[in-house]
Amino acid sequence: MMASAIDLHKLYKTFNSNQVLRGLDLTIAAGEILTILGGSGTGKSVLLKLIIGLLKPDAGQILVEGEGIVPLQEEELLKVRRKVGMLFQGAALFDSMSVMENVAFPLREHTRMTEGEVRDRVREVLALVGMAEVEEKLPSELSGGMRKRVGLARAIALTPRIVLYDEPTTGLDPRNVDKINELITTLRAKLQVTSVVVTHDIQSALRISDRVALLSDGRIADTGTPAEIAQAEHPVVQEFLAGHL
Amino acid sequence: MRGAESTRGLFLLLGGRVTELLQQLGDVALLSGRTFYQAVRPPYELRALVQQMDQVGVKSISICGIAAVFTGLVLALQTSYGLARFGAKAYVGIVVSLSMVRELGPVLTALLVGGRVGSGITAELGSMKVTEQIDAMRALGANHIKKLVVPRVVSTMLVLPLLTVLADALGILGGMVISRYEFHVDSHLYLSTIWRNLRLADLLSGLGKTVVFGFLIGIVGCYNGLEVSGGTEGIGRATTATVVTSAILILISDFFLTKFFWWLEILA
Repeated sequence: MMASAIDLHKLYKTFNSNQVLRGLDLTIAAGEILTILGGSGTGKSVLLKLIIGLLKPDAGQILVEGEGIVPLQEEELLKVRRKVGMLFQGAALFDSMSVMENVAFPLREHTRMTEGEVRDRVREVLALVGMAEVEEKLPSELSGGMRKRVGLARAIALTPRIVLYDEPTTGLDPRNVDKINELITTLRAKLQVTSVVVTHDIQSALRISDRVALLSDGRIADTGTPAEIAQAEHPVVQEFLAGHL
Repeated sequence: MRGAESTRGLFLLLGGRVTELLQQLGDVALLSGRTFYQAVRPPYELRALVQQMDQVGVKSISICGIAAVFTGLVLALQTSYGLARFGAKAYVGIVVSLSMVRELGPVLTALLVGGRVGSGITAELGSMKVTEQIDAMRALGANHIKKLVVPRVVSTMLVLPLLTVLADALGILGGMVISRYEFHVDSHLYLSTIWRNLRLADLLSGLGKTVVFGFLIGIVGCYNGLEVSGGTEGIGRATTATVVTSAILILISDFFLTKFFWWLEILA
């Protein structure tokens, strides 16, 4: 059996009186592409933010490569986050910085690279996501799909071992959806990263994933390969496949 | 029975508000502590600090300058008018300078900077919060307090005294113009009464206050920005809250700081 990259054990999370996660258990194997499918407001993004330590669970355990991150303070979490890259739903590029500065941000923060080395690395990762020509542009000058690709370049600049994707294809046209899906699989092949994708785009999920997990009612309702999920008789799965969720 | 219920409701409402206020005070204190800790800990974000000083300071010069000149003009008009009744209009210089240096320069500058810069800080950090840029910064392994809060708070603390010195000088000069042309007080006399009577302690008590005002503007602006929720509507609410809260805090703390500096002067 493959070693697990992420272990989530009995996770609970409540916002005001809304209980989003209710004892969620999930294990994500190293190197796999796992897609978490769920409707709006089911806590998919919350789950990713818990994995990267941006939020703390009310109860439960989160292990990232065997290290429990729940008790860690912000300073200690900064080290864990070097291992994990995250692509945010709206890309979350820093408005005041150019594409070059955005992608260089984690490199300047965590490495002692010279300016020349930083520039080389930025060009390398931008080329990897097919955005070689936009270094000097500001995020406001880019389209939604381009922003996501730059966001992805920034997330992988430090060659993390885990990449989290928050709704990577939402709001994109079919051509850009294909490009992003292709990038997720290419990056896994080139960098051997563990990829966790949360989405409600079932077509993309079935296409790119090694495994799909279904989030419903604050728990994982079912997991399986795309083929297994497509055939599953679980009512939530059926509703999802029918497009009701 | 209904009376008892409405009294209970009133107490519940009041209790809720007080708890909320205490919670916010606790959060601001916590943010202040973290800001101080990150400010003294290397590496120092000097580039961001210089950028913020430009944003806070250089771009506030015109608004603070205009306010100070006109305050000086009005102050000289009013005091000369009053002093002339007692045949004491020769002392207009020291009255204007004392009022400007000890009180009006620091407070007016702080109120203007609080309105212009404090709301700007809240809007900027609030937009970053809403668009997940602050989460992204943390996810990239950077400390958002060090990167965003420290440069903003430190720059307001450093720049406000400098702007106040400028405001003091322009206010006094404005007063001199009115005294000279409206009340025929010789400029040399105006300046010499200031030179002979204004003490360094007067200037320092005014500038000492501005460091605290600068801190209040910076920390309130950052706190409200980081606490934004509810999208763009939330940003609007937060910027208004910053302007109101910082103005009230400046005026309340001004009283206690004035008392404190009086006490220090007596001790010295």
